[in-house]
Amino acid sequence: MERAVKKYFPIFALPTLLAFVIGFIAPFIEGVYLSFCEFTTISDARFVGLKNYLRIWSDPTFLHSLWFTALFTVVTVILINVLAFAVALLLTKTFKGTNIFRGVFFMPNLIGGIVLGYTWQLILNGIFGLFGRTLTYSASYGFWGLVILMCWQQVGYMMIIYIAGLQSIPGDLYEAARIDGANPRQCLWRITLPMSMPSITICTFLTLTNGFKLYDQNLALTNGQPSDMTEMLALNIVNTFYGRNGWEGVGQAKAVVFTILVAVLALAQNRLTRTKEVQQ
Amino acid sequence: MNDKPKHGWIYTLIFSIVSIVYISPILMIFMNSFKKKAYINRMPFSLPNEKTFVGLENYVEGLRKTGFFSAFGYSLFITITSVVVILLCTSMCAWYISRVHTWYTKAIYMLCLISMVVPFQMVMYPLSKISDSMRLGNPVGIILIYLGFGAGLAVFMFTGFMRSVPIEVEEAAMIDGCNPLQTFFRVVLAMLKPTLVSVGILETMWIWNDYLLPSLVLDLRKYKTIPIAIQYLKGGYGSVDWGAMMAMLVLAIVPIILFYLACQKHIIKGVAAGAVKG
Repeated sequence: MERAVKKYFPIFALPTLLAFVIGFIAPFIEGVYLSFCEFTTISDARFVGLKNYLRIWSDPTFLHSLWFTALFTVVTVILINVLAFAVALLLTKTFKGTNIFRGVFFMPNLIGGIVLGYTWQLILNGIFGLFGRTLTYSASYGFWGLVILMCWQQVGYMMIIYIAGLQSIPGDLYEAARIDGANPRQCLWRITLPMSMPSITICTFLTLTNGFKLYDQNLALTNGQPSDMTEMLALNIVNTFYGRNGWEGVGQAKAVVFTILVAVLALAQNRLTRTKEVQQ
Repeated sequence: MNDKPKHGWIYTLIFSIVSIVYISPILMIFMNSFKKKAYINRMPFSLPNEKTFVGLENYVEGLRKTGFFSAFGYSLFITITSVVVILLCTSMCAWYISRVHTWYTKAIYMLCLISMVVPFQMVMYPLSKISDSMRLGNPVGIILIYLGFGAGLAVFMFTGFMRSVPIEVEEAAMIDGCNPLQTFFRVVLAMLKPTLVSVGILETMWIWNDYLLPSLVLDLRKYKTIPIAIQYLKGGYGSVDWGAMMAMLVLAIVPIILFYLACQKHIIKGVAAGAVKG
């Protein structure tokens, strides 16, 4: 069978492969190359070695956005996962309306980052307005505004994944534990949590990369205001490209650093939580 | 985990209240879209009254400023065609690389894995230049870019599924005289349905809401998608016409909610199934 299929490469694999080369591989390689160049358009690129990478570290906005993004990611990963897991635990109990409530919590996920950003800008400004302030009054307002927005958007999505995980835990485990005299708390720590590790791996991975790559919400909610203090990495890179003349190469170098950072984090996280998974 | 709490109605009550609070941001947008723009930012939490109510004025103003209907049309066209193309091409590609075992199929698979982690900013600049030089900055050309950039996740999920499918069914079909194309479209595709739904939903959510990619690739003088049209309501100096903004946010959200109500079951199932394989 394999030999018969193999001849069909042009029909089965080629279209996707061509698009993949145009949409990902070629720009990726060119991007790596351009990070070692000074350029304003692609045709005038001039090789300058590591100069761009050195200039990154003399740009205080980059370091600030890196720190801001890291802090934001830590806070959102913890908050979203704890909230989503708690809601999933409650909504797998049997009472009227669980399906409707699941539906409600999931809904914000379908709404895009730009739309969400402006929606929450109105609400948060309304709340801060009661105290005579605005969302862009200080960086910490913007920070927590973004955290609230992200939680609102993502708790439902992670909840769905946790519910799927919880429902796949065999019921006889709990029965056996109850016969052995385990209380609900012991059941949670000794059965539910260890058995949920695969979902925890997925959800921490998703929230981690979502947090690091966040762009639309950042652009629409604060756009980095006040004075770039709430600018996250992705927005910082876009602004370096399209907002500052002569910095295109530095922007590309930042993007390479950003990519390496996300890849390393994703790998490390995967290793860490995978080792905690138990065989069923 | 089917334990029944003693007072189920208390849970129902508490969650009902929480749910109403949870969707209140959307209700607020709706409410404010009928208020005079000067009052929206000043008192967003009060209901419209005789003094602040403007009827559909914000909607008329917003539609005029954004060209919302054409943006809606482009968003719809780009999303539907891109998702159909992605589903067809990547499922075929995934079948190929999971049935043919050579160095290049392994290489394609590895590259797909890598592409899932890489942030868009990495390829953003070269990609926009490539698409300019290949004249892909229109609603048809962008399909190719979405296929390329969305292929990673789709191929990964399809291959994950195909590895769990017994190969004997396909072999039987081939022995009965099907060529690979017939085998794929008559046998494999039918078994693939649940994964097609999962991938379709994830890609739809991504493309419909995507902002940065189309804003860099599309020729914005001619084509805008909904997120771009909304972002463009923000003036050059950061001033926002909040009346028009509210109305357009409502118009952007309503179709999504209708779509969600219509296929909620599939969406939630699809997300859960997709995550388990991811």
